[in-house]
Amino acid sequence: MDEQSVFIAGAAGEGIQTIGDVVARAFLAHGYPVFAVQEYESRIRGGNSTHRLRIASAPANAPRRDADVLLALNPEARNHYAVDLRAGGTLVASEAVDEQTIVVPFHDLAVEHGGSGLYANAVAAGALAAVLGLPIEIVVRTLAAAVARHGDAAVAGNTSAAKAGFEVARATLGGRAPKPLPKRENVYAFLSAHDVIPLAAAAAGCRFMSAYPMSPSTGILTAFARDPELGVFVEQAEDEIAAIEMALGASAAGARAMTATSGGGFALMVESISLAGMIETPIVVVLGQRPGPATGLPTRTAQEDLLFAIHAGHGETARLVFAPADPQDAIEKTVRAFDLADRYQIPAIVLSDQFLADSRFSLPALSLPSEIPDAHLADPNTIDGEYRRYALTEDGVSPRLYLGQAEALVYLDSDEHTEEGHITEDVRVVRPSMVEKRLEKGRRLRGEVAPPSRNRDEDAETILLGWGSTKGAIDEAVARLRGKGRRVGALHFTELWPLPEIAWRDDVDYWTIEGNATGQLARLLASDGGLRIEGRIGRYDGLPLDAATIVEALA
Amino acid sequence: MTTTQDYRSSIENQWCPGCPNYGILTALERALVALGRAPHEVCLVSGIGQAAKLPHYLRCHAWNGLHGRAIPAAIGIHVANPALTTIVTSGDGDLYGEGGNHLLHAFRRNPDITVIVHDNRIYALTKGQASPTTPRGEPTRLQFDGVEIDPAQMLATAVVHGCTFVARGFAGDLEGLSTLLARAIAHRGLSFVDVIQPCITWGKHPLAWYRERVVPVPTDHDATDRNAALSLALDSPDRFPVGVLYETAEKPVFAESYRVRVGDGPLARLPRIGRAAIQARLAAFVVNKD
Ligand SMILES: Cc1ncc(C[n+]2csc(CCOP(=O)(O)OP(=O)(O)O)c2C)c(N)n1
Ligand code: SF4
Ligand SMILES: [Mg+2]
Repeated sequence: MDEQSVFIAGAAGEGIQTIGDVVARAFLAHGYPVFAVQEYESRIRGGNSTHRLRIASAPANAPRRDADVLLALNPEARNHYAVDLRAGGTLVASEAVDEQTIVVPFHDLAVEHGGSGLYANAVAAGALAAVLGLPIEIVVRTLAAAVARHGDAAVAGNTSAAKAGFEVARATLGGRAPKPLPKRENVYAFLSAHDVIPLAAAAAGCRFMSAYPMSPSTGILTAFARDPELGVFVEQAEDEIAAIEMALGASAAGARAMTATSGGGFALMVESISLAGMIETPIVVVLGQRPGPATGLPTRTAQEDLLFAIHAGHGETARLVFAPADPQDAIEKTVRAFDLADRYQIPAIVLSDQFLADSRFSLPALSLPSEIPDAHLADPNTIDGEYRRYALTEDGVSPRLYLGQAEALVYLDSDEHTEEGHITEDVRVVRPSMVEKRLEKGRRLRGEVAPPSRNRDEDAETILLGWGSTKGAIDEAVARLRGKGRRVGALHFTELWPLPEIAWRDDVDYWTIEGNATGQLARLLASDGGLRIEGRIGRYDGLPLDAATIVEALA
Repeated sequence: MTTTQDYRSSIENQWCPGCPNYGILTALERALVALGRAPHEVCLVSGIGQAAKLPHYLRCHAWNGLHGRAIPAAIGIHVANPALTTIVTSGDGDLYGEGGNHLLHAFRRNPDITVIVHDNRIYALTKGQASPTTPRGEPTRLQFDGVEIDPAQMLATAVVHGCTFVARGFAGDLEGLSTLLARAIAHRGLSFVDVIQPCITWGKHPLAWYRERVVPVPTDHDATDRNAALSLALDSPDRFPVGVLYETAEKPVFAESYRVRVGDGPLARLPRIGRAAIQARLAAFVVNKD
C-alpha cells in the first residue's frame, strides 16, 4: 500500500482518541503497522487537537508533519489543520468546503443509524475505512471488541453507525474509492515507551515507586497502581521532593526504587539528586521532558533538559543519563539504569519526553534483556569489625548493606563523612579521598556506557548526531537524503552521561539534530567531547522532529 | 539483653555543654533500652541542624539526610524495611519550616514511625534566626525588632489532621521524657512528640523559665478526645502541658494494605516478579490478527 498519513482533528473530549484507536487497531489486525501520535492542548474540553496515524506496509515509527487525509470533527478543527493537508489530499468533514470534500454528517448519521449522537465516532471510523481501503468488517469487529463491556445495544449502535459512515463516504468517493487492502499475516505490538517502562522496572526488581503527577510522566505512576501484581509499592507523594526522598529512603533500606516526573518536578528533586550522589544510594528517575521554561507547554514535547539532567545537583558527583529512542530501547535502558545505579550506587536518569510517552509504535517483537542482574548487595558475613559504608576501594564502590540488613550498623550521611559514615571536617585527608572515591565511580562508569548507534556513517560526508526520541525521524531523513544521492549518515546517542568515548573524524561535517533551540547535544559534544559542529537543527515549537523538517534544513 | 552501653557512640559530640539536647539523647537511649530494642533494630533519621546531629551520637542505623527531608526518607525506609524501629529526630526549623509540608501529610498517612522534634524555637545551627515556633514579638539575630508573624501550632495541627499519637515532652525532665518516648515508640502509627528543648546559646529563656511553666497533662484528661486534646495543644502561650495529648488506635497504618498483599519482611528479600509474568504483559500489547 501507499503510506497514509491521517490526521483526526477535533476538540478535546470529542473522541479523536477513540477514532484513532479503533482505526489503528483495525489496521494492525489487518496486518499493517501504524504509528500513532497524539498532539493536544493542556485542557480537558475544547481547543484543537489531533490524533495522527501513519499507516504503511513496514513500520514507519516517526511522525509526519503533513496529512494525506484530514478528518475534521468540527469546522474549527478543519480550519485549524487545513494547512497540514497536502495538496491533493482528502478532507473528510460534516460539511463541504469544495467539491473534493468527502462529506460525512457524523452526528446526523449516528442519530439516524445508531439511534444516538454518541455513535458519531463510529461513523467517523467507518468513513476513514472507506477512504483508506480498509474493509468495514474489520472496523466493525474492532469497534465491537472495544465497546463490548457497554452491552449489546452499544455494539449494535456502533456497528450500524460505522457501516453508515462507510457507505456514505464510499458513495461520495465514487471512482476515487480505493481497492480494499489485502489482509497480511504480519503481527505487531502497538505501544508507547511509557507503557513498557513500568514493566521493565518491575522486571528489574523495582519495589517502590513514589511520584507526584505531572505530564507526561503520570502514566508511569498510574501503570504501577493499576497492576498490583507487579508487587511495587506505589505512593502519590505530596510533592516531588517527597517523591524522590521516599524513594531514596526505600532504596537505602534495600528496595529498588524509582520516581518519574517532568522538568518542573525534576527541578524540585535536584537537591536530592545531589544527596543520592553523596550518600551513594541508587535511584532511578524518569524525566519525561516537555517544553519549558517553567510550566511551558504541558502536553507537548521537547528535548530541553539534557544539560539540566547531566548537571542537576550541587557539588560534583557521578551519575548516569540515558535517553531511550523507542519502546524496545526503553525496556533495555530501564533495566540497565536499575542495574548500573545499584552497581555504582548512584542516581540514574532516564530522559524521555511527551513524544515517547504519548506515541504508539508498531514493533514486530518486544523482548526483555536476556539477563537481568540481581541486586548488588554486600554479604554481611564478609564484614568483620565495624562496617564502613563508605570504605575506600580501588573502583570507588564500597560494599553496600542496606539499613537493617544485618547487625552491622549502616550510617548514611549527607555531610562529608568518614568511611564509617560520620560527619567529618577532616579537610586534609578524608575530604579529598571521598571526593576522589565518588568521582572514580564516574570514571569507571565511562567504560560501561554504550557508544552511539551507527547508521550508514562509514562513507558519509555529513553525519547527523541525535539523541533519544528523534531516532526514527533522523533515520528516515538519512534514507531520504541517500535517495537524493547525498552521502549522509547518523550517529545516535541513547547513553549520554558519562559521555562515551568517540573518535571523531575530520573528513565529515557533523550536524546535531535536537528538539531544542540552543543545541544542547552540540554544546555537550563541543565542551566535553572536543567536537567541532558544522551546523545544528533544532525544533522547539513543541512538536516532535520529523524527517521532512530535517531534510529541508539540510537542503 | 540490650543496655545503654550498646548504644554508646564514640563520635565526638558537637553540642554546647549543658544543652538540653543531651537530655533528649539520654531519654531516647533509655526508652530504646526499656523497650528492649537492639541497636541494629533501630534506624534514626534526621535532617540538618544542631538537633539533626543526634543520630551520630547513638549507635544504631542512621540516615542523616537533607535539611527538611527526614520525614519522606523515614517513610521510604519504613515501607521498605518495616522491621526497623524508625525514629525521626530533628529540629523545629527542619521539621516545621523547611519540611513542614511533609509533616502535614505524614499526619494524614499515619506511617508507623516516631517523630521527635527538638523544639528550641530557634535556628541554632545557623546562629539564631527565628524558627516557625519563635513567639511573635521575640527579637532574634535576624528579626531584630521581634518576629512579626504568629508561631506555628504544630501540636494542634497534628490533632486536627488525625495524627494518632500527639505528645509534648520537656528535655529538662529525663524521667518523664524517657517514659513518654517509650510510649511514643511503642505506639503503632505515627507518634509525634514536640519536645521543649531550650537553646542555652541563642534562646530567649533559660531552662528554668520553662521549668516553671511546664505542667503535666491533667490526670483526668481523656487522650482519645480530640477536642480536649486540641484545647490542651492550644493552651496559653506561657503554659506547657506535658504528656500525651491525643492517642488513638483507630486508623489504619500506612502501607498496611500493601503489606497484606505482599507479606512481611524487607522488600529486598521478597521475590521479584517473574520474567514470564512480565513477558505476558508485553505480549498483551500485540494486536492480534483478525
Ligand atoms: C536546603 C538548606 N537550606 C538551609 C540550610 C541551612 N540550615 C541548616 S540547619 C538550619 C536550621 C536549623 O534549625 P533547626 O532545624 O531548628 O535545628 P537546630 O539547629 O535549631 O537544632 C538551616 C536553615 C541547609 N542546610 N539546607
Ligand atoms: S546552639 Fe543551642 S541547641 Fe545547639 S547545642 Fe548549643 S545550646 Fe544546644
Ligand atoms: Mg531549632
